[in-house]
Amino acid sequence: MADVIVEHGRVAGSASARKRASLHNALRRKSTVAFFLTLPLILLIALLVLYPALFSIHLATLNKSMQKFVGFGNFTFLFKRETFWMVVKQSCIFAITAVVFKALIGFIVAHFVHNIPAKGQRKWRGMLLVPWVIPPAMSTLAWLWLFDPSYSAFNYTLSLFGIGPVNWLGDAAWARFSVILVNVWYGAPFFMIMYLAALKSVPEQLYEAAAIDGANWWQRIWYVTLPMMRNIIAITTLFSLIVTFANFDIVRILTSGGPLDRTQIFATYAFRVGIESSDIPLGASVSLFMVPILAVAAIFILRDVSKRGNES
Amino acid sequence: MSTLAIDKAGPRRKVKYGSMSRDRAWALRWSYFFLALFAIFFLTPPLYMVITSLKSSAEISAATNPWWVFHPTLSNYLELLTSNQFLRFFWNSSIVSLVVVILTMLISVPAAFALARMRFWGSPTLATGVFLTYLIPDSLLFIPLFKMFALIQDLTGITLLNRWYVLLFVYPTLTVPFCTWIMIGYFASIPKELDEAAIIDGASWLQTLTRIFIPVALPGLIAATIFAFTVSWAQFLYPLVFTTSIDQLVLPVGITTTLIKGDVFNWGQIMTGALLGAAPPLIIYAFLMDYYIAGLTAGATKG
Repeated sequence: MADVIVEHGRVAGSASARKRASLHNALRRKSTVAFFLTLPLILLIALLVLYPALFSIHLATLNKSMQKFVGFGNFTFLFKRETFWMVVKQSCIFAITAVVFKALIGFIVAHFVHNIPAKGQRKWRGMLLVPWVIPPAMSTLAWLWLFDPSYSAFNYTLSLFGIGPVNWLGDAAWARFSVILVNVWYGAPFFMIMYLAALKSVPEQLYEAAAIDGANWWQRIWYVTLPMMRNIIAITTLFSLIVTFANFDIVRILTSGGPLDRTQIFATYAFRVGIESSDIPLGASVSLFMVPILAVAAIFILRDVSKRGNES
Repeated sequence: MSTLAIDKAGPRRKVKYGSMSRDRAWALRWSYFFLALFAIFFLTPPLYMVITSLKSSAEISAATNPWWVFHPTLSNYLELLTSNQFLRFFWNSSIVSLVVVILTMLISVPAAFALARMRFWGSPTLATGVFLTYLIPDSLLFIPLFKMFALIQDLTGITLLNRWYVLLFVYPTLTVPFCTWIMIGYFASIPKELDEAAIIDGASWLQTLTRIFIPVALPGLIAATIFAFTVSWAQFLYPLVFTTSIDQLVLPVGITTTLIKGDVFNWGQIMTGALLGAAPPLIIYAFLMDYYIAGLTAGATKG
């Protein structure tokens, strides 16, 4: 930091000393070059991320026709609606359950892939990552068809075992289950890849030492693998929590929030209210409720990232 | 305690060794078994897409065994690939993704270079800010962006809503932060001596970037490009909100909105469309898997 200040001072000093320095020289100066190199990035973030974010706060304080300032009117309106509290509850259930299962399945699958001979790992890894590669909107259509009420391939398979038809997307409990299932299917491979990379970075000597000390497989995982992977697990989980919490595609295509808003989460509810019912201020207020949870996750991730930055 | 353990292990060593290798063999068999189970779970939907896409509507509505194709036909593919509407979606998606990838690289590579190498006033803050921006989801910004574009239209008369090119403005907000972030990581891992040598030889900053950094960090650049492409190809919420006319739609929205006509679901065509829409990222993944995975893991392990 001190270094930067000194350098900054020197540049400023030399600039005042040589007032007739040509434009060419100015353009060669490090800070000028750096400024121009980062300018497009700064403009993009300022105009298309920061400004809309602030604008959204402004919008949330207007009435439906956007003529009048209503302060917290939209928020108090939402607080009084049962649907809104249902959305809050469902978003939390959806995000937490999905992330826990994604992390668990990802961890288990990563272990199995790590277990098999290195020769075959590439092939398995390549196969198991496919759900993450397919655009979620496309793969959710396949799930929608698998869940189809009259031609459901799942129900066909279940009927072979004598299990009655399941109303996958029509029944509230099953619809919630299906939405989470598809999200887990889509996200678990990402965890798998991250954990696999982390598993590979655990030094083999630690396992040898643990084996000499007589640790069984469970103790090896608990005392060697998990502590070594703690950072990656934390950062992947937090990141996934943000993405899952803000998920839109899967719920929208699978159920559009139905039946009776029983699978509605923040993003789909904001879309329903803000775009489909064209009450933009109310929609903006709904999506603003994501901010606190996202902010908490972001702070933890940031702490982790900067810690890692200091270590390296 | 430890001497006791050694004494106990001593005489039984041979037996233990044999059982361990047998254990390992069983562990391996179980690993393959569970991997196969998970592979079935992960690959069922894409395989089912392929199966359905080869069926005619008559076979689908006949409700025979859904997991098997009795009369394979390519009619769904032929129909979609000759339909102007579907080709239009494909074209829109391609042009949007291509331009967004180029824009993303033009913005993020120079910025990452400046942030990784040229420490200037506010650069650490900016790097953190870039990372934070990456964490802001699309579902938080679509409503204010929608209103913003509507206001711009009212004030200046420039039509942005319901035009495919509006996506060229919004997609970079999703791709640039992550690409910048991983490029900072890749650039920071290049030894300082390399660019110092270039500067001593009289290279300007831009020459250092184009002659040294870009060639050396090429794997990172490819990973970032793949990321930018897959994100812009798969994006669903922004095009759903900002475009409505059929000739302005991109693939994901086009397939979900137009192939479903009223209550009639033509599943053969929907699955074919979804499969064709998933093909470009899948093909890229098949050929550049290592770069793809490097890009995925770089976000958390670098920087």
